[in-house]
Amino acid sequence: MTARRLPTGGSIDRGAPLAFRWAGTDLTGYQGDTLASALLGAGIDTIGSSVRLGRPRGITSAGTEESTALVQIEKPFPEPMLPATTVELAEGLAARGITGQGRLADRDDPARYDARHAHADLLVVGAGPAGLTAALAAARTGERVILADDDIRVGGSLLDYGETVEGVPGEQWAAGVLAELASLPNVRVLVRTTVFGIYDDGFVLAVEHRSDHLGAAARPGRSRERIWRIRTTTTVIATGGYERPIAFANNDLPGVMLASAAHTYLHRYAVLAGESVVLFTTNSTAYGAARALVAAGARLTIVDTRPEIPAGLDSGCRNLGIEVVTGHHVVTALGTDRVHGVTIAPRRAGGPHVAGASATIDCDLLLVSGGWNPVLHLFSQARGTLAFDERLQAFVAASEVRGFELAGLAAAESAGYDPADPFAFALHPVEGVWSIPLPADGDAGGSDTRFVDVQRDVTVSEILRATGAGLRSMEHVKRYTTLGTALDQGKTSGLLGSGVVAQELGISVAELGTTTFRPPFSPVGFAALAGADRGELYDPIRVTAIHPWHLAHGAEFENVGQWKRPWYYPLPGESLDEAVLRESIAARTMVACMDGSTLGKIDVRGADAAAFLDLLYTNLMSSLKVGSIRYGVMCGPDGMVKDDGTVIRLAEERFLVTTTTGNAAAILDWMEEWLQTEWPDLRVFAASVTEQWVTIPVVGPLSRAVVQQLAPGVDASAAAFPFMATRDAVIAGVDGRIDRISFSGELAFELNVPAWYGQAVWEAVIAAGEQHGITPYGTETMHVLRAEKGYPIIGQDTDGTLSPHDLGLGWAVSKKKPDFIGKRSFARAENTRPDRRHFVGLLPVDPEESIPEGAQIIASREVTIPMPMLGHVTSGYRSAALGSHFALALISAGRDRMGERLFAWSEGRVIAVTVTDSVLLDKEGTRRDG
Amino acid sequence: MQLIECPNCGKREEIEFHYGGQAHIAYPEDPAATTDHEWSDYLFFRDNPKGPFAERWYHGGGCRRWFNAVRDTTSYRFLAVYQPGERMPALPGTRVTR
Ligand SMILES: [Zn+2]
Repeated sequence: MTARRLPTGGSIDRGAPLAFRWAGTDLTGYQGDTLASALLGAGIDTIGSSVRLGRPRGITSAGTEESTALVQIEKPFPEPMLPATTVELAEGLAARGITGQGRLADRDDPARYDARHAHADLLVVGAGPAGLTAALAAARTGERVILADDDIRVGGSLLDYGETVEGVPGEQWAAGVLAELASLPNVRVLVRTTVFGIYDDGFVLAVEHRSDHLGAAARPGRSRERIWRIRTTTTVIATGGYERPIAFANNDLPGVMLASAAHTYLHRYAVLAGESVVLFTTNSTAYGAARALVAAGARLTIVDTRPEIPAGLDSGCRNLGIEVVTGHHVVTALGTDRVHGVTIAPRRAGGPHVAGASATIDCDLLLVSGGWNPVLHLFSQARGTLAFDERLQAFVAASEVRGFELAGLAAAESAGYDPADPFAFALHPVEGVWSIPLPADGDAGGSDTRFVDVQRDVTVSEILRATGAGLRSMEHVKRYTTLGTALDQGKTSGLLGSGVVAQELGISVAELGTTTFRPPFSPVGFAALAGADRGELYDPIRVTAIHPWHLAHGAEFENVGQWKRPWYYPLPGESLDEAVLRESIAARTMVACMDGSTLGKIDVRGADAAAFLDLLYTNLMSSLKVGSIRYGVMCGPDGMVKDDGTVIRLAEERFLVTTTTGNAAAILDWMEEWLQTEWPDLRVFAASVTEQWVTIPVVGPLSRAVVQQLAPGVDASAAAFPFMATRDAVIAGVDGRIDRISFSGELAFELNVPAWYGQAVWEAVIAAGEQHGITPYGTETMHVLRAEKGYPIIGQDTDGTLSPHDLGLGWAVSKKKPDFIGKRSFARAENTRPDRRHFVGLLPVDPEESIPEGAQIIASREVTIPMPMLGHVTSGYRSAALGSHFALALISAGRDRMGERLFAWSEGRVIAVTVTDSVLLDKEGTRRDG
Repeated sequence: MQLIECPNCGKREEIEFHYGGQAHIAYPEDPAATTDHEWSDYLFFRDNPKGPFAERWYHGGGCRRWFNAVRDTTSYRFLAVYQPGERMPALPGTRVTR
C-alpha cells in the first residue's frame, strides 16, 4: 500500500463522500473521483490479472487509453471490461477487477437508451484549452456549435496538470469559457460524451453517459446512454495526446504508470501514487510531473535516456533535489506482485544497447514517458493520412481532409505558444526509444516480459517472431500477434509496436507506417447502439383490423414479414396438426373463413392503366370486362416469375391489383420503376390500398348461404354471380365489394370492406355462419388447401429461377400480346431446355409418411453421395381430403415423369414417392362453382 | 452516412435511397427483334468503370421518384443528379458509354 489520498488539494468534492464496493470490500471515495482514483486513494493499485498469462495488472493511465485496469461492474447493472479510469464514481457502485475476461449480464437490462439527431456548423471534439478556444470563437460569430468531451466537465488537460491560461488558473479559465458558452443559444455543450465514429459528409456518432453518475438521484425514465447522431459542416479535432510506454522487462507490473497519469492523480484527485519514485523518460514533458510529485512530498529519481538534458531542466532539478541520471535506461522493473525497484544501465551512444554494469534503485512507483502520440483516431477515421514526425517521434496529420481542422501542438505553435517555464508541457526533441534489450542476468526469469500490448499480453519477442516469419507490414504484424486489437485498440501500444518492428527491420518508423484507426474510438455498448429499437420496438408489428378477435379466440400467430397472421385456431388441447385437419375439413365440407387482409392491394388507375397492366403481366388484361377478375403472373425481364395475384377491373380506367402478402411494397415499387423510368408517357397512377381494406374469404360448399344472408342485395347464385366476377355489395350493412375468387379450390366469396368496419363485418360473418358450423382458419390450413389445388406460393415454391412454364402456368402467358416484361426471355436457349425443373405433385407410397419441405429428390433408394439431385420439395402437408400426406416439388423434367417412382431424401430418411400432377384435388374445378 | 442530393427533395441520408444500377440502359424498342446476344447484353451486362458512372437512384424513403446521378465510384461522391430522360451532363473525365 503506497498510493494514498492527500489531506488537501484536488478538484474532488470532499463534502460529498461516496460509498462503493470493491471486490467485496466497502470503500469511500468522493464526488469527482473515477473508480481508479478512488481505488488509488484507498491504497489499491492492483486491479486484476492479464488474459493470457495471468500476470497481475494495475492502473497505468488516468483516461480512455487505459490498458490494464479493467473492471467488472456488478452494480448498478453488470457490465464487463470497463477501464476503471473511465468509470465515474457513484454512490452504490460495486465492481471488481477481472481476471482476463468480463462477464455479460445474466438478465435483461432495465435501463432506457435513446438517440438524438443534432445539426451543427461546427463540432468541436475535446474541451481542453484548444477545443474551448475554438468553440468560443465560433460561438461568438453565431455559428451553431456543439462541444463534446468524454470527461465529466470541460477543461481537458487543464484539469490534470494545473496549467495557467491567460494568466489565470486553468480550471478557472475553463469555467469562464463554459459560462459564456452556456449563455449562448447556439451552443450545445455535451460532457460525458465520447465521439466514437466519423462517417461521410460530416456525419458523426457520439455516446453520452447520462445517468450512471446520478445514481438513485436520476429522474425515473431518464436514458442511461444516448447516441448523438450529429451532422456537422466542420469538425475540429482537439483531442490532445496520449503518453506512450516503453517496452522494458516487467513493464506491466502494478506500480508502473505513465508519468502524466501520476500528475493527473495528484493534481486532480489529490492522490499521491507513490512515495519513492523513479521516472523513466525519453523527453522533457515528464519533468512537470516530477516537480509536482516532489512538491507533494515524494522522493524522485529521473532516468533520462538522453545524454544531456536542457539546461533549464537540469538546474531546476538540482534546486528541487531531484537526482537526474542521464544517458541511462531502465532495464527491468523489479518485483513479482508489484514494483519495488528498477535496474538501470547506461545507454551506448546512438543506440539502445546496454553498455556496462547495471545499478539498482528502490522505488514503489515507476513512471514512464516514451513521448506523446497525438490522438488522431478520428482524423484517421475521416481518411486523413498520417506522417511520422522525427522531432516528436510520433505520427501527425499529413493531409487536409475537407471538413476537418486539427487543434494541437502545431496550432499552438503557429499561434506563438512558447512556454517560458521549462517544466511546462514542452516538447523538446524526443528520443525514439521503443524497446530495451533484455537484461543479461536473467532478471526477467527467462521469458520476455517486455510488453508492447499489455492488454493482449503481446511482448517484444512475439513481435520479433512475426518479423522473423517475414511479415513486413504493421497491418500483418497486428493480425499475426493481435497487437492493438484489445479493448483499448492500441491507443498506447500501436506506435510502440511500430517502433519495435522498425527497429528490428532496421528501417525508420516513417517508412514502416502504422495501422489504420477504425470506429469505434472506444467501446460502445450494443444497448446504446440499439437505443429504443429493442423488444417490441425492434421492428414494427403490423396487425389487421380483426386482430383483437383473433387474440380473443386463441389464435396462434405466424410472422409474415412484419404482419402477425393467425396461423391456426386451436381448440383446447388441440395440436397444430389436429387443428389444421379440422379447419380444412370444415372448408371442404361446410364453410370456413379467414382473415385475408394482409394481401397486397394496389389501386391502378388512369387512361393507360389497361395498357400498362398488359406490359406488366404475362396475361392480356386490357380485354378484361368491368366487373370481372383475372389471375395474373408477373415476370422480370429475365422471364422469371416475380409475383402473382388477381387483377380486378372496377371501371374502364381503374383496376385493383392484388399481390402476395410479402411482395406488396416491392410490386408497387416495381410499377413505379417502369412508369417513371421506362414508360413516363403512360397516364397511370398506382397507390397502395392494402391497409384500407379488410378481406375475408368465406370458403366452402355452404359459403353461398352465408354470403347471401350477409348481403341480401346481391344475387349470389352461380348463374348471377359466376366465378371470377366482382360485385359492389352492402355487406352486413357496410358498403363493400364481393369477389368470386378462390385460393382453396372451393366455392368462395371474398368479402372486402373498409378496414374501419373489418372486425364488425367479421363478427357478422361468424354469426351468420354459426348455423352452418362456420370455422375460422389460419395460414396453415390456407397453405394445405391451396397446395391440394397445386397453387404455388411465390417465394416458397419458387426461387426467382422459374418461368411461368416451369410452374405449369403457361396458360397464363398471352400469345397475342406483341410484348410484355419477360416475353423475349422465354425464347432464350436456357429457358427452353427440356430438363428444366417443373412444378409437380408428389404422393408418398405410404400415405402416412410425411414429405418434409427441403427434401432432395433422387432417382434411387440407394443413397450414394454424391449423386444426381433431380430437384427438391417446396411444400409438404398432410391432406384430409386426399387421406394422405403429399408434397409439391420442383423436379427436372417433372411433367415428363408422371407416375414415376422417385425418392425424397431428408436428414437420412428416404421416402418413396410417386410423381403426380401439381393439382391433386378437383382438377376439373367443379367444386369452386358450388 | 453519406448525403445524397435528390433532385426533388435536396440532401437526404443514403438509407432513404435504393440503388438502381447503370443509367441510360433503355428497354429495347422491339425486344422480339433482338438477337439472343443483344437481349442478354440488355439483361445481364453492365459497365463497371473506375471513376464517374451514370447510375439510377430511387428515393424510396422520400418523394418515391427515380432520378439519375453521376457518381465517382472511387470516392463515392455524387458529381451531378438529373431527371430520368435527361441527357447525362457533360463532366470532365466522364464519357457516356451507351
Ligand atoms: Zn426525393
